[in-house]
Amino acid sequence: MANVISNVALVPGIYVMKIEGTFKGKMGQFYMLRSGTGYPLLPRPISIYDIGDEGISFLYRVVGEGTSLFSQLQPGQEIQLEGPFGNGFPQVEGSLALIGGGMGTAPLLLAAKHYPHAHVYLGFAQQAFGVDAFEAVAASVQVRVGGSIVERVDPHLYVNMFSCGPTPMLQALAMKTAGSSSRLYISTERHMACGIGACLGCTMHTREGNRRVCKEGPVFPVEEVDFDDLHGV
Amino acid sequence: MISMACNIAGVPFKNPIIMASGTFGFGREYAEFYSPELLGGIVGKGLTLHPKAGNTGSRIHETASGMLNSVGLENPGVAAFLKDELDEMTRWNTAVIANVGGSNLEEYVQAVAMITENAQKRRTMNRRGVDMLELNISCPNVKQGGMQFGIQTEVARDVVRQVRNVTALPLVVKLSPNAENITQMAVMCEEEGADGVSLINTFSAMKIDIRRRRSVFTNTYAGLSGPAIKPIALRMVHQVAQAVSIPVIGMGGISSVEDIIEFTMAGAAAIQVGTYNFAHLHAGSELVYGLEQWMQREKVQSLDEIRGIL
Repeated sequence: MANVISNVALVPGIYVMKIEGTFKGKMGQFYMLRSGTGYPLLPRPISIYDIGDEGISFLYRVVGEGTSLFSQLQPGQEIQLEGPFGNGFPQVEGSLALIGGGMGTAPLLLAAKHYPHAHVYLGFAQQAFGVDAFEAVAASVQVRVGGSIVERVDPHLYVNMFSCGPTPMLQALAMKTAGSSSRLYISTERHMACGIGACLGCTMHTREGNRRVCKEGPVFPVEEVDFDDLHGV
Repeated sequence: MISMACNIAGVPFKNPIIMASGTFGFGREYAEFYSPELLGGIVGKGLTLHPKAGNTGSRIHETASGMLNSVGLENPGVAAFLKDELDEMTRWNTAVIANVGGSNLEEYVQAVAMITENAQKRRTMNRRGVDMLELNISCPNVKQGGMQFGIQTEVARDVVRQVRNVTALPLVVKLSPNAENITQMAVMCEEEGADGVSLINTFSAMKIDIRRRRSVFTNTYAGLSGPAIKPIALRMVHQVAQAVSIPVIGMGGISSVEDIIEFTMAGAAAIQVGTYNFAHLHAGSELVYGLEQWMQREKVQSLDEIRGIL
């Protein structure tokens, strides 16, 4: 159990919750969070948004009962969390682009802090959020609301690219990157139960065989990803 | 002096809390968080003779007080289990139960024969092997007519009989709540020489994605587990425990010490914890300590004092 420090809506339905304590975690990893003792049944996997001396932050969207309960938490109230889980983004050298779409921007903030030279591309369907957090730490931030942020990205400019977002966006980026020498890593998402690799509920088919999103993932080199499988979920 | 120990088919369990198949991997993931040695036993991930990739698409969906799963028995196969997992599992001082499934009768028999032969071989080398088998007749399809093994008693009889013929290992049969008559099924298992039954596996259930106008799962139906099924599981355990003289291992939505007590009062010799492992990472250790505290508080020296009192 840990105490909520703050829980603020950036735009309607999208919140940043900060939790007090000393936590471990690196870019692209996630925690399993739950706000009640018995309902909903399962904790929710939420990627680390920010981490520091005071605590850890999570950017989340209210999509169901679990996240709805999160949004009602007030400063001083308790929340359960376990983690960090998953593999996260790799340590890389050279030029780097961070490309996020919607809630997929969440796991990229730590990467932006870790690599201040990175170019950040943020795409939103209807309304931008959390842009100022990236602008505070990144060398350049491009934002697009509506349309595809992928159109602005030239893979030839980058040795590495990290991305997270809706599957069509990731696939468009993968296709655009295919002819370049840039290495693309994407963060994937799947419904999870245990979060530690035991239940095989989040297994994803990849070109290397079955992989657990919670254990071998959520970050995979794009060559391994089977987009047909990602689309199917 | 309180004792949580129990004995099922000659296998000693230090306490009645066993981790259910498919919810605890082969133990190593949870071993990072607490020692599996605290537990009475571990049932490994459901095994088939050959490796199985499992189902495509969504595999998990949460429901009201429960969850649906359509994992599809993804597993490395019996040979890889014996080679890569068993040493680790037997290193912990807790009972090791292998759960075996199959898509036809021959696969069941071959898989069980391999595990049995391995256990014998290890014994001659003074090494621990699988302590007990749990036969999963609750998931797969048979050749004839695609009828599920676990539904029809007389179809299941063939599997239990032929498996019993090839193994002397303690044999527990895991029953499906979807069986046409779960009590008859349990009686049949006893008649065919099973050393125990465990119940219940998941209920066949469904979730529709109304936006996409299709089932959430590629296989349309999935298995419902968790607290939502507990009252039904308890009733079935109670009925079966009265109908057979072999031990009954109860499971289905157990999420608290009170649930364990209920199943024990209904006649369960031991219990299995499944979905609760997903809700609480430390479920196993919490339940073991909690049960001990409950026994101290209630001045119950042995669970035999309350077992089957209803």
